[in-house]
Parts: sequence; C-alpha cells; structure tokens
Amino acid sequence: MRGANRTRTWAGRPARPVRHTRRPRLTRTEARNARAAAGFVLPFLALFLLCFIAPIVYAVHQSLHRTERTGPLGLGGREREVFAGLANYAHALADDRFLTGFGRVLLFGAVQIPLMIALATVLALLLESASARGVTFFRSAFFLPYGVPGVIASILWGFLYVPGISPLVEIAGSLGVHVDFLARDTVLWSIANIVLWQFTGYNMLVLISQLKAVPDELYEAARIDGANAWHVARHIKIPLIRPALVLTTVFSIIGTLQLFAEPMVLRPLAATIDSGFTPNLHAYSEAFVSNNQHVAAAEAVLLALVACVLSFGFLRLVGRRDEGSGR
Amino acid sequence: MTRTTVHEAPVPVRAPRAAPHPSGTATRPPLRYRIITATLLTLAAIYFLTPVYWLIVSATKNSADLFGTFGFWFAHPRPLEYLRDVLTYDHGVYVRWFANSLLYAGVGALAATLLSAAAGYGLAKFPFPGRGAVFNLVLAGVLIPVTALALPLYFLFSSMGLANTYWAVLLPSVVSPFGVYLCRIYAAAAVPDSLLEAARIDGAGEARIFAGLGLRLMTPALVTVFLFQFVHIWNNYFLPLVMLSDSDLYPIQLGLTSWTGYADRQPELYQYTVGGAFLSVLPLMVLMTVLQRYWRTGLTEGSVKA
Repeated sequence: MRGANRTRTWAGRPARPVRHTRRPRLTRTEARNARAAAGFVLPFLALFLLCFIAPIVYAVHQSLHRTERTGPLGLGGREREVFAGLANYAHALADDRFLTGFGRVLLFGAVQIPLMIALATVLALLLESASARGVTFFRSAFFLPYGVPGVIASILWGFLYVPGISPLVEIAGSLGVHVDFLARDTVLWSIANIVLWQFTGYNMLVLISQLKAVPDELYEAARIDGANAWHVARHIKIPLIRPALVLTTVFSIIGTLQLFAEPMVLRPLAATIDSGFTPNLHAYSEAFVSNNQHVAAAEAVLLALVACVLSFGFLRLVGRRDEGSGR
Repeated sequence: MTRTTVHEAPVPVRAPRAAPHPSGTATRPPLRYRIITATLLTLAAIYFLTPVYWLIVSATKNSADLFGTFGFWFAHPRPLEYLRDVLTYDHGVYVRWFANSLLYAGVGALAATLLSAAAGYGLAKFPFPGRGAVFNLVLAGVLIPVTALALPLYFLFSSMGLANTYWAVLLPSVVSPFGVYLCRIYAAAAVPDSLLEAARIDGAGEARIFAGLGLRLMTPALVTVFLFQFVHIWNNYFLPLVMLSDSDLYPIQLGLTSWTGYADRQPELYQYTVGGAFLSVLPLMVLMTVLQRYWRTGLTEGSVKA
C-alpha cells in the first residue's frame, strides 16, 4: 500500500481521465484506488470469510453428509463421511419436538414483539413529549436492562419467579392470589417478560434517535393548527418513524428465532422446558447431547434460512438502501 | 450528527411565529397530559428497575437470608464480607472469569473497531471494482443471525483445532459487519475528499492519512462501534458456551451458570451467584448510563438519512 502512493500528483477524483472506449485495463487512478482499498478492506474481509462465510459453507456441507461407522455394531472401527442427500433435513423436519419448538418460538414472537415495539413506541413518544426534567433519568432507567446480559437477566428473573425466594410470589400470595410463573402454560410468557424487560429500552432508544430527526417546526405547526398531542403522535410522529419501527421489528424477529439463553438458564427451575423448547436449544442438544453434528448442522441451516427469508423481507420493506457509491 | 432531516413533511410548515414565546412554555402540553405522562413513565421505571433493586438488596444477604427474608428488603446486610466471599471462592475463579470477560470484550471490541474503521474507510473513500458487491456482503452479514452461525463455527473451529482456546471466542468477536456498515456511512459523510487530497499532495502515505486524519474524523462513529461491540461480546453466551469446555477460559456469564448448575448440592452457590451477578452487572451499567448519549443506534443512523 505504501509504495503505491509515492508518485501521486493529482487528485483521487479528477475530472475523469480521458478513457479509452473499450477500457481493457484499469486506469492509473483506479488501479491505485484498488490497491489502497485492498489494504484497508482485506483484513476485515479475510476474517469475515473465516467467521461468517466459511461456517455457512461448512454447515451446508455437513448437513448433506452423515458419518458411517465401519466397526462391528457401529462401535469402534473407522468413521467416514458419506453423502446423505437431504436425509438430515428430513430427519430434522420429521422431529416433532424441533417443529414444536419452531411453532413455540413463532407464537412467542407474534405476541412478544408487537407488545415490545408498542411499549417502546409509547415510551419513546412519552419521553419526547415530557417536560425536560426527569427525562434523562427515565431514559437511563429504561435503557439500563440492555446492559444486563441475557444470562444474568434470566438468573435475576429466575429468582423473582421461583416460589420460596420470589418476593413477587410472596406479595401475590399475601393478597390471596396464587401465581406460578414456571407452570407449563405460563413459562413461555415468563421468558417473554425477560426479553421484554431487556430490549424495550434499546428499541426505545432507536426510535428516539429517529424522532429527534423530525424538525420541531413540524410539531409547532401541527399544534398551531389545533392538533392535540395524540393527533401529533398518531399522524406525524408514527408515520415518520416507520423505518425505525420496521427495523426494530425485524431485528426482534431474528432475535426471537435465536432464543436460547433464557430457556437454557430457566431449565433447572422449570420442568416443562425440555431440550427441544426452542429450535436453537434443539440444535444445541443434537450437537452436544445426542452427538449428532450432521442433524445439528441441518437445523442450524434451517434456522438461518428462516431468518434470511425474514431479513430479505425486511430489505424489501425498507426498500431504499444506498448502493456502494460514496453518497 | 450526520442526520439529515426526513423528507416530505405531511403538514405544511408555518411561517415563524410573530411574537417569540418564552422558551419552553409555548408548546407545553396541558397539566392533565403531564400528569398522565409522569405516571406512566414512573410505572415503567418501577418495572425496569425492580429486578435491579432486588439484585442490590440480595447481594447483601447470605444464603439463609436469601431464602428466609422478604426479597425487597434488607436483612443483616454485610455486603463487603459477602462480596469478598464471591471473589475468593474456589481460589478466586470469579476474578479469573471477570478478567476473561474483560479480555474478550476489551480486546475484541478494540480490534473490531479498528478493522471496521479501516474497512469502512476503504469502502467509502476508494472507488474500486466490486465495491458494491463487498458492501452488499457486509450488509448481508448484519442480517445473519449470529447464533445460527455459532454451531457451524464450532464444527469448523474444532476441525481446525481452534475450539476451546481464547481464539475461539476472540476471532469471531473482532468481525463486526455492523461496524463496517456504520463506519462506511460515517466516513462518507465526515471525511472530506479534499482533505485527503491535500494530505496526498503533501506526500503522506495512505496508511498515515488514515491513521492521522481518517481515524480522528471518524471518532464519534468509532466510539459507537466500540461500545456496541463491547456490549455484544460481553453479553454473548451461546458462542463461548459452544466453544469452551475449559472453565479457566470461561467468561463471567458461563462461570455463573456453571455455579447455578451446582447450587443444588452447594446452596451457598446461590448466594455467590447473586453476588457475582451483582458485581458483573455493575461496570456495564455504569458504562451504559454514562455513555448512552454517545450511543448512536446503528442502522437507523443509515435509514434516517434520506
């Protein structure tokens, strides 16, 4: 990179050097740019290929193979990989618990995400319209849980759910209400509460950052026109933060599909959380409990596929994203 | 900072007001709204702070009090003694986990920030063939769920002999497609081409121009990327869980869950888990509270720009 720029005399974006009509090779400027860019971009790109692209390729490869053991009774002996076609996928998709886990996570998302986004929106709008005093405190208080790792949050709420320790259960009990946060039907929503607690503040901050981009005169004008706070929120603010709403929603969907830490941590407390509670948990136990890497790979690929379909749905929804040009 | 305003206002903007109102009172909503607002905000604050409050109270209790006394109030608080117990249990393994977490998150986030800065700068400032393709690849990386990657990454790393080493957690942590995305957007807006040209004419090499000018002009974006990546690595559970089997390499989250796994047999571990959770949450909470105003929330930064 260094030697490339000794003889530089003219600007990087000159009034385009006269170009041959066919342009068989790069112009000098373009070649210099390419060399310099390579020096900056390649270190990242190399690691990106190692940690993002290679695992995907490897997972797809593994998901299409299986291990064949040649020893007696399949014990000992040599192991070798043979092509298995889509057998691992068929195996995964025929597994009731894997599918149930997927369904559970989708149900979870269908309830938890709208709730969280709505709460984040309300809090963002309230903070934006509140008088200055206290806003900093409230914003910090709402955002604070985002700094608590999922595992710690789950441990924390776990203590608040378990009868015998939980002051919440105790208070409810003294009011004559029997609550069981870890029962078969409620534990999913107890997990939803943990996720809600953690991420509402983060989403709220995303929304606030977009609200701040709305010029104040717009609100002034609306108010002078006689719009009340509700009208301003409904007809001006919410339409203007739509891109941020789409964004937070899609990231929540992707996050929901990956649900893992919370059920994993609550498992010892709640007997109804089994190893197939979420797709991720299922893939994990296929890999490390059943020792079935190939099926686990197939499940990881399926998980990524579903997430990708939703991601690209998001890209289409948001639509405009600037191309590679430097603005 | 680099935000431009959102296009197409649906409401006509009026001419400036004739008489300037005393600041603040002009658009102040009526009292009724303010009371409702304050009430709702307070209720939300109670919801978000209750578990934190519980943690603070519980970190001052021993096992007996943890189970035997009301969770929302203190009982025989001896916080220093109990926290010392956490730090010294099992030859100070907690301190080791804490140091591991600092290493993973600190070194990982620093390296991620530098790599992202360089890549974002390169993508923004040097037109080269294939630039659009590289950028789209990065964008796809932002949208790939990392947890879906963790298992395949483990299979790959274990076939390369990298599993169960510091590298297994560090290497994936230094790759931040989001960081590259943000740095590219930011470099395009905040690093003027004319300045780079001037430096080139003065004979500075590209690496020096980047280190001296580019990094300095991109500082606000770099703070965001560092914070984002630090929190991301610090909070990451699945990757270390999958990668590490040696408890000496554990980050703090993994260590604490290993304690809860034994707590059935050793009840004092409940107390240590609570104390350990309290200690581990403290630094990040301080960091978040202090730095949240610098916290640029990423992709929207891009989407706000028309």
